[in-house]
Amino acid sequence: MGAFNTSLELSNTEEFCISCHEMESNVYEELKTTIHFTNRSGVRATCPDCHVPHKWTNKIARKMQASKEVWGKIFGTINTREKFLAHRKTLAEHEWDRLKANDSLECRNCHNFDYMDFTAQSTRAAQQHSTSLASGEKTCIDCHKGIAHQLPDMKGVEGW
Amino acid sequence: MKTIIKGLLIASIAFSGIAIHSVAQEISTLRNETKLDEQKTPNKIYQVNNSDIKQKRNYPMQPPLIPHTIRNYEVNLNTNKCMACHSRQRTEESQAPMVSVTHFMDRDGNFLAEISPRRYFCSQCHVTQQDTKPLVENTFIDMHTLMKAKTDPK
Repeated sequence: MGAFNTSLELSNTEEFCISCHEMESNVYEELKTTIHFTNRSGVRATCPDCHVPHKWTNKIARKMQASKEVWGKIFGTINTREKFLAHRKTLAEHEWDRLKANDSLECRNCHNFDYMDFTAQSTRAAQQHSTSLASGEKTCIDCHKGIAHQLPDMKGVEGW
Repeated sequence: MKTIIKGLLIASIAFSGIAIHSVAQEISTLRNETKLDEQKTPNKIYQVNNSDIKQKRNYPMQPPLIPHTIRNYEVNLNTNKCMACHSRQRTEESQAPMVSVTHFMDRDGNFLAEISPRRYFCSQCHVTQQDTKPLVENTFIDMHTLMKAKTDPK
């Protein structure tokens, strides 16, 4: 069990994620230009921070889902930039659906609503966070799409 | 005749060379006097005004300034982040100012259902304002100030 957990944690690092060129030359390159990679305070998010649940049971479930990605790797489903871009909308939709279903859990692991200081936010941000987000009508991912990677074709996506 | 023309040509080329040389010394560029093989210390990057308060236009046709940060806003073939708030369909929810009707017109004045392709790239005209002092003194006088000064009996 210990060895299992150790290898699980090993696969839960950014080094592991970007050891595949599909991840390194697409999504990782894009992340580098965003605020989740470089910012004033130097706190940064790595791949698993946003893409893997922190709770053990949920993590295992996500890891089992991810076994499909091994299949994709073997058969080269997205092994070129062109193929990746062709699949981008589907892939993004998977993540949006997942975050919508868990009320943006991975965002909230760092961004805790209870400790948000609206007075320190811009007027527009404070207005939206104190109403739609506070009431639970909206969740983070509803507005904050494409904050860490480039967006797919947004035609038909709600709110765009 | 030929020699005269030739002489004039040479003289004018020589003169323009002198003129360009003297102008080149006056123009202040971003690199200023930094030598080609040297790296200039970069200028400070100022904060973008993020007040969300509309700024006065400096002249009637000035494209309004963007009063908020637009870091990582994507405007490309896939999407236009600005339109997520400023498009006609989105302004009720966002309460952002709608893009003007002129932005729906093609160059022949025909109205289109969607924003015109020639207006698609917002930041070609609309820019953010940095919290900084002007680099050079600005002597521009607004039309209304000018008119007021002329009609004002004092």
